[in-house]
Amino acid sequence: MFKVLLARLQQKHRTIAYPKKEPVLPDRFRGLPILDNSQCLKNCQECVSVCPTNAIQCTEKGLQIDLGRCLFCTECTSVCPKGAIQFSTEYRLATRTRQDLVFDGKVFERAKILKDSIHKLFGRSLKLRQVSAAGCNACEADINVLGTPGFDLGRFGIQIVASPRHADGIVVTGPVSENMKLAVEKTYKAVANPKVVIAVGSCAISGGPFLDHKEVHNGITDLFPVDLFIPGCPPHPMTILDGFLRLMGRLKQ
Amino acid sequence: MNLHSLSLRNSQSCSYKDVPVVSIEELKGTIVSCVQEGKRLLAFFAQSTGEKEMQLYAVLGNDKLGTLSLLSAKVENSYPSITDQCAQAHWFEREIAENWGISPKNHPWLKPIRFIPSYREGQDAWNRSKENILPCVGDYYQVQGEEIHEVAVGPVHAGVIEPGHFRFQCHGEWVYHLEISLGYQHRGIEKELKGGPTKRTLPYMETMAGDTSIGHSHAYLQMLESLANCQVSQRAQALRGIALELERLANHTGDLGALANDVGFLPTANYCGRIRGDFLNMSALLCGSRFGRNFLKPGGVAFDLEDSRIKEFQTKLENAKKDVTVAAELLLDSPSVLARFEDTGVVSKETARELGLVGVAARASGLSQDIRKDYPFGIFSSFSIPVAIYKKGDVFARAYVRWIEIQNSIAFIQSMLISMPKGKTQMPLSSLAPDKIVVSLTEGWRGEICHVAKTDEKGQFSWYKVCDPSFHNWMGLSMALRNQQISDFPLCNKSFNLSYCGHDL
Repeated sequence: MFKVLLARLQQKHRTIAYPKKEPVLPDRFRGLPILDNSQCLKNCQECVSVCPTNAIQCTEKGLQIDLGRCLFCTECTSVCPKGAIQFSTEYRLATRTRQDLVFDGKVFERAKILKDSIHKLFGRSLKLRQVSAAGCNACEADINVLGTPGFDLGRFGIQIVASPRHADGIVVTGPVSENMKLAVEKTYKAVANPKVVIAVGSCAISGGPFLDHKEVHNGITDLFPVDLFIPGCPPHPMTILDGFLRLMGRLKQ
Repeated sequence: MNLHSLSLRNSQSCSYKDVPVVSIEELKGTIVSCVQEGKRLLAFFAQSTGEKEMQLYAVLGNDKLGTLSLLSAKVENSYPSITDQCAQAHWFEREIAENWGISPKNHPWLKPIRFIPSYREGQDAWNRSKENILPCVGDYYQVQGEEIHEVAVGPVHAGVIEPGHFRFQCHGEWVYHLEISLGYQHRGIEKELKGGPTKRTLPYMETMAGDTSIGHSHAYLQMLESLANCQVSQRAQALRGIALELERLANHTGDLGALANDVGFLPTANYCGRIRGDFLNMSALLCGSRFGRNFLKPGGVAFDLEDSRIKEFQTKLENAKKDVTVAAELLLDSPSVLARFEDTGVVSKETARELGLVGVAARASGLSQDIRKDYPFGIFSSFSIPVAIYKKGDVFARAYVRWIEIQNSIAFIQSMLISMPKGKTQMPLSSLAPDKIVVSLTEGWRGEICHVAKTDEKGQFSWYKVCDPSFHNWMGLSMALRNQQISDFPLCNKSFNLSYCGHDL
């Protein structure tokens, strides 16, 4: 008993001060891209050709990155002769629509609160069931970590629950393999209405690195109406938490 | 014995034409006798020859000498199973049957392992049509009797984990047998690697088992560099080694926390959950990604550790070391924990050897196996790391081996940081040599990662075979559950913590 108490003292209080204080992300972290159309040569198309998931378009209108496909791998930044694509450490990347993830370097439309009738139900307490549908265990791990004392998801009224019957919605990771399709659909159906659907990671949003494999379904967008898109490969835990809280209307800006 | 095989070392590229093609009887004889002598079957798989015949390849490893033997045989649609005389082949043969429709005759339990259509149109080992393959539906090993009952769990589990199906044969609380059925995570990666390297090859390596991004991409890149005859600098090798050990630290720490959680010991469960994040954040300090994504690049690494960053790194590592020491010692010192860990889920040394277990699971059963020592690669060619062994083979042993490895990995990173070798972080990579074959091994945090590939006349992959440590170890979990209470399943499962996607690919 004495040892347990000593250990408790040694480990201290470690829950982050967020959202009162902004988190500090490492300088090499890759978040929202910075697109500089004035530098872009337009006709070189180098970034377009190296992108593993064809997330980049470079046309007369300028550069465009589909964050729903982006793996944040920086292959584009390393081939661009003019430095027209850079990545910032902006971690707030969740959106309410698939189209909002297609970023042209100007305004990024962050996720907004759920509509009134549903917000009334879920704004203060949100129970979620996570389903991994061929996820690689990176998105899963960074959802799991939100439950540790460092982030302490419970203080926001959010809980990952053991059964879809206990849940207000599902959080899906992975590109949805053919073998997992039925199980995801059944889990979705088992959640009572009204429900929310959250896609975490580029796989669940677009298929990610497995885009257009015939063994996968390119994520969940063709299967269910999705309420929240959280991009990344995998998204940082802060990106996921920020998305959850925006959906619940718990963040001001 | 063993005259008709190509002898090679870890990630040494050899001429493909030197791979001997022997008769299937000789292949079987060689595998059986080599394994009896103490060698291990690292990989056993089939590939298409472009004609009616298929080619079987076997990779055998001599852990004592650090040498690998490669041999092959041509077969058509069936061959005499090797499993009856060598249990290490059992899962491989099921994979061969499923992928190519080649039936190993007299295999004791021939079932699909991923529930996917055969790569060869119209050639299925069970005459299944593409449309009626349902994941994990089929016969299960059954125990019969008046009070026997079956418990089915999954694919969707109660926690935030990957999907898989578990079928228990129980008598009350008592488990007679557990059969594990996977395949839900299959994304068709191996097929896509053919014809590469392409722009997606590295992302595939980093996501085939996303918690082992460094382990798999290290194996891939050392193969690539061997084929391109590219000398990676010692500095880049050291940085890769640091990333690999950080991956081990994060996962082992997380596992100790999860084990604590499964016996209701909440202090360590909470601390380790957070400390795991500290190690992941160190990876992010190194390369921006908590999982080491895009850190390893062909010819080296994407980022350097400048002197100022080394200082920050050392401070963080020192703090994490203090925290994890307190958390782990508290766990392994508590009688209530030991009462649950000890003698639970025992896998004997003999069973571990017979099944060909690898990594933490093998070392916890008293087998001295570690690719970093036995088949040194990268930085471990010039820097040795002790092998952590414990003999009991129970949950405690698997926890304890992790704790020893945590200490070893911290010591390794600390000494690297004190004297970082000099050199460029990345070297240019030329095109790959044509008509070569390479076996590339690394020690991921779960254990041995084995990649085998052959290049065609243009220097592209004619095929690429991946063997994740979990491929060897799932059967180990089944054996650990025999004669256990079903309520100990979560604990036993966590003590292995195997990868579903690494197995399913």
